[in-house]
Amino acid sequence: MTERTLQWERSSSDDGTTLAFRGAMRLDHGAALWRTLDAELVDGARVTADLGSVTVADGGCVAMLVALEGDAANRGATLTVAGANDGIARLLALHRDRTSPPTARPRKPGFFHLVGEAAVVATRTARQAFDFIGRAAVAAGSAVRSPRAIQWSAIPSLVERAGANSIPIVVMINFLIGAILAIQSSSPLERFGANIFVVDLVGISVARELGPLMTAIIVTGRSGAAYAAELGTMRVSEEIDALRTLGFDPMHFLVFPRVLALLIVLPLLTVIADFVGLLGGLAVAVVQLDITVAAFLARLEVAVLFGDVASGVIKSAAYAVTIALIACERGLTTRGGAAGVGASTTSAVVLTLFSLIALDAVFTALFRVVNL
Amino acid sequence: MTAARDVAIRARDLTIGWGNFVLLDRIAFDIARGDICAILGGSGCGKSTLMRHLIGLEHPKGGTIEIQGAPPGTVREGRPPFGVMFQSGALFGSMSLLENIDLALARWTDLERPARRAVALSRLELVALGGFEHHQPAEISGGMKKRAAIARALALDPSLLFLDEPSAGLDPISAVELDELLITLNETLGVTIVIVTHELASIFKVAHDCIMLDKKSRGIIARGNPRTLRDESDDRFVHAFFNREAMGE
Repeated sequence: MTERTLQWERSSSDDGTTLAFRGAMRLDHGAALWRTLDAELVDGARVTADLGSVTVADGGCVAMLVALEGDAANRGATLTVAGANDGIARLLALHRDRTSPPTARPRKPGFFHLVGEAAVVATRTARQAFDFIGRAAVAAGSAVRSPRAIQWSAIPSLVERAGANSIPIVVMINFLIGAILAIQSSSPLERFGANIFVVDLVGISVARELGPLMTAIIVTGRSGAAYAAELGTMRVSEEIDALRTLGFDPMHFLVFPRVLALLIVLPLLTVIADFVGLLGGLAVAVVQLDITVAAFLARLEVAVLFGDVASGVIKSAAYAVTIALIACERGLTTRGGAAGVGASTTSAVVLTLFSLIALDAVFTALFRVVNL
Repeated sequence: MTAARDVAIRARDLTIGWGNFVLLDRIAFDIARGDICAILGGSGCGKSTLMRHLIGLEHPKGGTIEIQGAPPGTVREGRPPFGVMFQSGALFGSMSLLENIDLALARWTDLERPARRAVALSRLELVALGGFEHHQPAEISGGMKKRAAIARALALDPSLLFLDEPSAGLDPISAVELDELLITLNETLGVTIVIVTHELASIFKVAHDCIMLDKKSRGIIARGNPRTLRDESDDRFVHAFFNREAMGE
């Protein structure tokens, strides 16, 4: 028998069952050890684990023996561990000294509990959001009075990351959106001999709605998520606290530059998006609908007014503030470790997308009222 | 030199660095099985970096390391031969303490769930965290996180334990309790322990042996029992380090 094996013999007498173990009791033998003893410990059983021939035991195996000793009483059985050598006896004593009843796993909350909790969280989130917006507005005011509090040097790189680096994806998606709109609308319009009105449909849809909205969604996915993750990581690694102790207000130092960067970038990206969206429509119109470039441009001049483009750009500025504020608020209120950062990032993206659509609806109604 | 069968860690001609930069140059040492060995030295001398090499997270520029006779690279190839406690604890934040410990047991043993639970609970009891098994790491203090990280490092009954700054940032009582836990683990379970630390009180209390690294000479400047080195070393730096003295000019 080598030191690596564990064997046992089972014998029964009037005093109960004895399992005489031999060899080394390693964690690798733990599964067999547990199963064997677990099967013996039925109601009324008196079991002795004889360790007289066990040379060495791992802490894990000793922990299992001690756990089964305690559990035996609950099953109406007894387990006696006997014959341990000095080393194993010390391990047994160490584990027995430190055994306390396990705490109950927290109960899973019921349906009504979850609904109530969700309502409380939603209320708290809304209150936090309004509080944050208020503090951001105050910070913007005080930034005008003390511009040195703002981290101006961060703005160019933030503009580059959110703007220049987004151009390829903005161009690709908006070109395709313009082209898809033209393709989808061509069939019904062709039936009425109204091909040329594809220009109206694509032009107005892209300038007023899809250009600003699709660009804002792209920026939410790229920059909004990045802001939430970045500030969330800073929060959990105590960098935000360190900033405060150095006399910096995170609102000035971190939030304001990000709001400003998106405020510069998003309207510009929206203008680019409008342009390439129209190009997508033009490409389909020329190739599939036999509309000449000149005819497309002439119709575009009539169909799309300055107000259409302006309304999209105005919306994009509001979207920029919304994206930056939500992302920063989610990031700065992150709790916990890596999981908290993930939750904040997800929450920032979902909340921003919802807010963008809600804001779009408000703007659409508002522009209708003021006839823009 | 220690007999081969009694050696837990063996390093020969070990050179550590990046690119052209050499942090430690051709160092050699053995750490005996069953010892508590402290790796010491001034800031930036490469203590934590040496530990990262010993556990196989980084590869040396030259030389060899053997952990219980095998290269440390085996850390990625099978059941880890050692447990590691990182300075921050590095507990998995999305899991309870029990789940943190159960993770390795589920991966590397064929124990059934109740047996794994018994082992994991005993590990938490061992570090005086009984009753906290369902807590998330974010819900416990820094000292408790360190103890939980030790419990996780002990999950697979390793015969070798690496601890990076275990008592840094702990209050004096928690630090002493941690020292006593390390002594208990060493004496009762026979675990060889390698500690990277600056804490003199802890070094004198727990360490049988120490390896003192030096930034300037990029090597080992002292080796042996810390109390003996404190009382007998002629080296100015070693003397100043153990007696908390300024070096002056």
